[in-house]
Order: sequence, then C-alpha cells, then structure tokens
Amino acid sequence: MRPVQMSSPVLTVRQVDAYHAITVVAPGIAERFRSGQFIAVAVGGEHSSMLTRRMFAIHEVKPDYGGTVEFLFTVRGRGTAWLAERRSRDLLDVIGPLGRPFPLPRDPVNCVLVGGGSGSAPLFPLAHALRRRGCRVDFVLGGATASRVFSAITARRIAETATVTTDDGSLGTKGRVTDVLPRVIDEACSDVVYACGPMPMLREATAVAMRYGIPIQVSVEETMACGTGICMSCVIPVVGEDGITRMARACVDGPVFRGERVRYDDVGTVPFDALGAPGWKARGGGEDRTREAG
Amino acid sequence: MIPDLRVRLGEWELDNPVMTAAGCAGSGRELARFFDISRIGAVVTKSVTVEPRAGMPAPRIAETPSGVLSAVGLQGPGIDVFLQRDLPWLLSRGARAVVSVAGSSVDEYVLLARRLSEAPGVTMIEVNLSSPDLARGGRHFAEDTAAAARVVAAVRETARADIPVFAKLPPDVADLVELAGECVAAGADGLAMINTVRGMAIDVDTRRPAVAGGMGGLSGPAIRPIAVACVYRVHAAFPEVPLIGMGGVRTGADAMEFLMAGASAVAVGSALFHDPSACLRVLRELEQELLDRGVERVDSLIGAAHRTAGAPGTAVG
Ligand SMILES: Cc1cc2nc3c(=O)[nH]c(=O)nc-3n(C[C@H](O)[C@H](O)[C@H](O)COP(=O)(O)OP(=O)(O)OC[C@H]3O[C@@H](n4cnc5c(N)ncnc54)[C@H](O)[C@@H]3O)c2cc1C
Ligand SMILES: Cc1cc2nc3c(=O)[nH]c(=O)nc-3n(C[C@H](O)[C@H](O)[C@H](O)COP(=O)(O)O)c2cc1C
Ligand code: FES
Repeated sequence: MRPVQMSSPVLTVRQVDAYHAITVVAPGIAERFRSGQFIAVAVGGEHSSMLTRRMFAIHEVKPDYGGTVEFLFTVRGRGTAWLAERRSRDLLDVIGPLGRPFPLPRDPVNCVLVGGGSGSAPLFPLAHALRRRGCRVDFVLGGATASRVFSAITARRIAETATVTTDDGSLGTKGRVTDVLPRVIDEACSDVVYACGPMPMLREATAVAMRYGIPIQVSVEETMACGTGICMSCVIPVVGEDGITRMARACVDGPVFRGERVRYDDVGTVPFDALGAPGWKARGGGEDRTREAG
Repeated sequence: MIPDLRVRLGEWELDNPVMTAAGCAGSGRELARFFDISRIGAVVTKSVTVEPRAGMPAPRIAETPSGVLSAVGLQGPGIDVFLQRDLPWLLSRGARAVVSVAGSSVDEYVLLARRLSEAPGVTMIEVNLSSPDLARGGRHFAEDTAAAARVVAAVRETARADIPVFAKLPPDVADLVELAGECVAAGADGLAMINTVRGMAIDVDTRRPAVAGGMGGLSGPAIRPIAVACVYRVHAAFPEVPLIGMGGVRTGADAMEFLMAGASAVAVGSALFHDPSACLRVLRELEQELLDRGVERVDSLIGAAHRTAGAPGTAVG
C-alpha cells in the first residue's frame, strides 16, 4: 500500500535504558503498517539544514487516537540528537510505512527472531504477527552492553524463550547473537529465522541458517537519504531469482531480503558481474534487462 | 484572480514552470505515490545511458550543511528498458517527459537521440554534458567547450525536429558564458543549469572521503546562490535563449529567484529527498507568492531582476 507523508504530533517521549522512544499520532501510517516497515523522519524543523531523512523501524502501532506509531532510537549524530529533544505536541514530518515488510509463513511454524542493538525494534511487531498466526517465537537479542539490549523483558513476555547476549557479558551470555543462535535453533526446532541488525551479524546469521537448511529473512540498516527510492544512495548487491546480481535499493526493494540473496562480502562495492557493471555482459546476462534494480 | 502560470520555453509551452531535476525523481513511479505527476510542468528523467549501468559503490551520499554531496554514477536500466517500461508508464500517467541523456562518446549520444526520436511522446531531450568522455580519459564533455558543442550539434541533427534539445551545464567550468554560447551556436534550443558543484567531504573518523567516489557533486540550498548567479550571467549574455534554472530550489520564493534571474522554468532536485511532494508544494507556494504580490502572469517575472533600475552587471564583486 502506498506510503503517506504527514505532520504528526508527538504523543510521548520516553527514555528506556540507552534508547529514546517517541510515539507519534499517525493514523494513515498505523493503518497501513506491516511488520518490518519503517518511517522516514525529517529532522531539524521546517528550515532545517539537514536535508536527508532519518529512518527508523516501526516498533509498535496502537489504535489510540486513530492510530499511533512508536519508534526507538539511540543518539548517533545531529539528527537523532534533535529528535531526542522533541516534546509532546511538537510536530514531526513523517513518511511511512516504507519498504518491503517481513513475509509471514502460511503455517504455524517455529520462528527465531535475531536482533542486534536497535535492529531488534522491528522484530517486536513481527513477533506479535507471528503469534497471531499460531507460530512459536523465540528471541535472540544482543547488544554491546546491557543498556543497549532492546526490551529483553518485553521479549520474554511475548516469546517462548528470549536469549540475550552482550559483548561485555553485562547481561546474558558474553558473546554475539550468532554464537548462541545454533543452540536456540536446536532447542526450539526452528523452521525459519528472521534477523535485523548490522551487516556482519546478518552475514553470520545467514551462514547459520544455511547450515541448518532453513530459510532466513534479513532486514538491513543501510545508510539512506530519502527512504522513498529516488536518491539511489542505499544500494547493496542482491542476487535476483534469475541469478543476476543487481544493485538493489534497500529502501524500496528491501529493507527485508532473503538472507542468501544478499552478497554480504561485496556490500560497499559494485561486484564485477552485477547488472550494468563492467563484467556483467561477459557473463552472458545480456538478454534480460527488463528487471534491473534501480 | 488566479495567476496565469503558463510559460514558454522557445516553441514549447508548459502549463506551469515547475519540473523535477534529472536524477532526483527516480523513474517517476516513486514520486507518483505522493502527488499527481501530471500536475507539474514536466518530469525530467534520470540521465538515460545506452547500456544498463550499476553505478558507483556505496556510500554514495553524504549530508553537508544545507546540501547533499552525491556520487551515484548514473545507475540505470539503459535505453531499451527505459523505452519499454519507464517512458510508457510516465506517458500513461499524463506526465510530460523530458528525457535526460548521457553518453561516453558522441556516437552514444547520437544513438540515444535516435532511439528517443523513434519513440512517441518525448517532450524534450536534455543533454547531460557532465558525463565522462572516454576518448579523452574520462574528462567531462562540459570541460571542453568544443567537445560539448560536438555533442550538442550531433544530438540536434539526429533528434526529430519537433523535439527541443536543451544542454545541461555544470557550474564549474572555465568560462560558463562561453560554454553556453557554444552550445547555443551548436543548435541547442535552450539550456538547463546548473548541474551539481564539485565537492568533497571527509569522514574524520575513517580519514576517508565521505562518498566512495572521492569527489562528489554538491546540490541543495547550499549551492543556490551559485546557481542563481549562473542563470543571471547566462541570461544577461543570451536573453533570447530559454533557460531551465535549478540548484537548491526548496520553496516558491526560491523558484521566483530563478525566474527573476532569467529562467523560464525551474527544476526541483534534492529537495525531493527531504520532501517527496516538494514540486507540487513549490508550485502552490509560487502561486501564492504571485497572488500576494498582485502578479498576474508568472512569465512577467522572467528576467525581472535584469530590468530593475540599477540592475547589476555580471562582473564579479
Ligand atoms: C531501515 C532502517 C531502519 C532503522 N531503524 C532504526 C531504529 O529503529 N532505531 C535506531 O536507533 N536506528 C535505526 N536506524 C538507523 C538510523 O536511521 C540512524 O541512526 C540515524 O539516521 C542517524 O542519524 P543522525 O542524524 O543521528 O546521524 P548522522 O550520522 O548525522 O546522519 C547523517 C546521515 O547518515 C544517515 N545515517 C547515519 N547512520 C545511519 C545508519 N546506521 N543507518 C541508516 N542511515 C544512517 C542518516 O540518515 C543521515 O542521512 C535505521 C536505519 C535504517 C536504514
Ligand atoms: C542524487 C543525484 C542524482 C543526479 N542525477 C543526475 C542525472 O542523472 N543527470 C543530470 O543531468 N543531473 C543529475 N543530478 C543533478 C540535478 O539534476 C541538479 O542539476 C542538481 O542536483 C542541482 O539541483 P538541486 O540543488 O535542486 O538538487 C543529480 C543530482 C543528485 C543529487
Ligand atoms: S534512500 Fe534514497 S533510494 Fe533508498
């Protein structure tokens, strides 16, 4: 469904551990939302010198006030610092919902949801959607330190199990989410993996899922500028169904991709054999040009 | 009274003077989710190339104060897919399609002009001269006035006579007015300016350029005064030549600035990244500006800054 752009009043601003949570009133976005989708927020006010939008996964939608949308974030740069100062009744210029949502299984299968840092945010509405379909949900959440692990308590409430890892061992198991993932898959007899977080984590999670021969859907957090598909800045190399690699836009072709389709080792490059790269014709891919990525 | 928004670009009349800037509107479909693209003067496509292009590696964009530094590298599907898929779609939505073309040799520009002339519905061809010329070690055509003029002449000769050919000029060339003059002498029906300004940003943590290409093109309000000066100077030198002005247009008042400097139409580029409905908003704001000022016809503003008493010459300083 097509996204909407709206001036949304801030309902609440909260701080949870290292995260800020903002809830805006955005009925058009809430009603269209499917889990895995994100919003693009303008920062700095009407005459802002910050021209690019900031993307945030939708963490929760609620029916109050016609529809509210909550997102969580950590302060990284000027844009998120500005957002952290918003107060209730301020207006935010928000576009959403954007991007390809997580595909949901038809049958009530066992799903393990793997999130690193703020990448855990979109997994919560996903968990609810999966539970409504009768799926078993297990969480694996990680972060650098305890305060960076997202909503571990909520995770325990909605999921069968929630396993936590931290780099410094301040909460849960010391290590990375992908260290404990095989054990969780074994114990939960997982049929499907969903993962969201930094690229190296997604690569590892994909490797684990492939070892088990189970499908994995990953959601990438590529640097984006518009979120709407027009600036061509958010590209990553993704293999299509026809075997051809395209520079796919994470904002409209993703952010959710099938894990094994993403060429993790080539992210940040244009692979020689990608459609339109110097080597792609040599590969004999000259026939089908009708489905390019951009 | 509703102001008359129609403008003429040479022979060609537009319902209103606001269009998209090349490379900032996707294929048109992305923006059509936010506003009716038939309501703006024209949709300018990203520069179409002969073959599909994968573009530059990421990161391709960095935000700078009031600007965007980008190095996308003309990622696109190539002319075959463009004609088969993107152009028919634009036309089906009632949009007027200005097709930007980029080649790496004169022959490629000629091929593009021929293919576009065979297709129905092309409103105008915009020749992007900021494309690397393979024969000359990748220098941009625009950096060599003679090479730029050869491209423009070849496209004008090849393109159907009823399709206007505009040359798109970058600001950072040795002598912009000379380049503009040579393009017009080579047959350009008008000029579009400005393309992005060469720029660079360095990530102080990684000690690397912020965009993978090293150098990028700067756009957005940060370059608006540069763009207005370019339009002003070229209009002063060639008042009869229709100009499409762009560079940092974000509001109706910004659009008025370009009109007064001498542009007959105005394109909105990177402001669309911030506000995907910026074109329609700029148009509404422009209409309001005219109402507030009691201006009946938008075309009466074109070049107005040159006609005010004591209008400055074009010398620097
Ligand atoms: C689909 C998606 C979902 C996201 N969801 C969340 C979330 O739920 N919670 C959260 O805390 N963060 C999330 N992020 C990352 C978030 O967008 C960045 O932290 C934020 O844009 C940083 O803005 P800034 O002005 O503080 O940083 P600056 O570094 O000043 O930003 C400069 C520019 O770079 C872009 N940028 C910088 N870092 C990132 C990044 N990691 N990812 C994408 N763009 C970036 C910004 O959008 C901006 O255009 C998400 C990113 C994407 C792409
Ligand atoms: C991401 C991006 C892609 C662009 N692609 C093209 C292009 O394909 N062809 C072209 O002639 N100009 C291209 N431009 C330049 C714009 O059309 C315009 O001339 C310039 O950005 C100044 O306008 P603005 O400040 O409103 O963006 C591009 C600009 C940006 C930011
Ligand atoms: S962020 Fe602009 S195209 Fe994806």
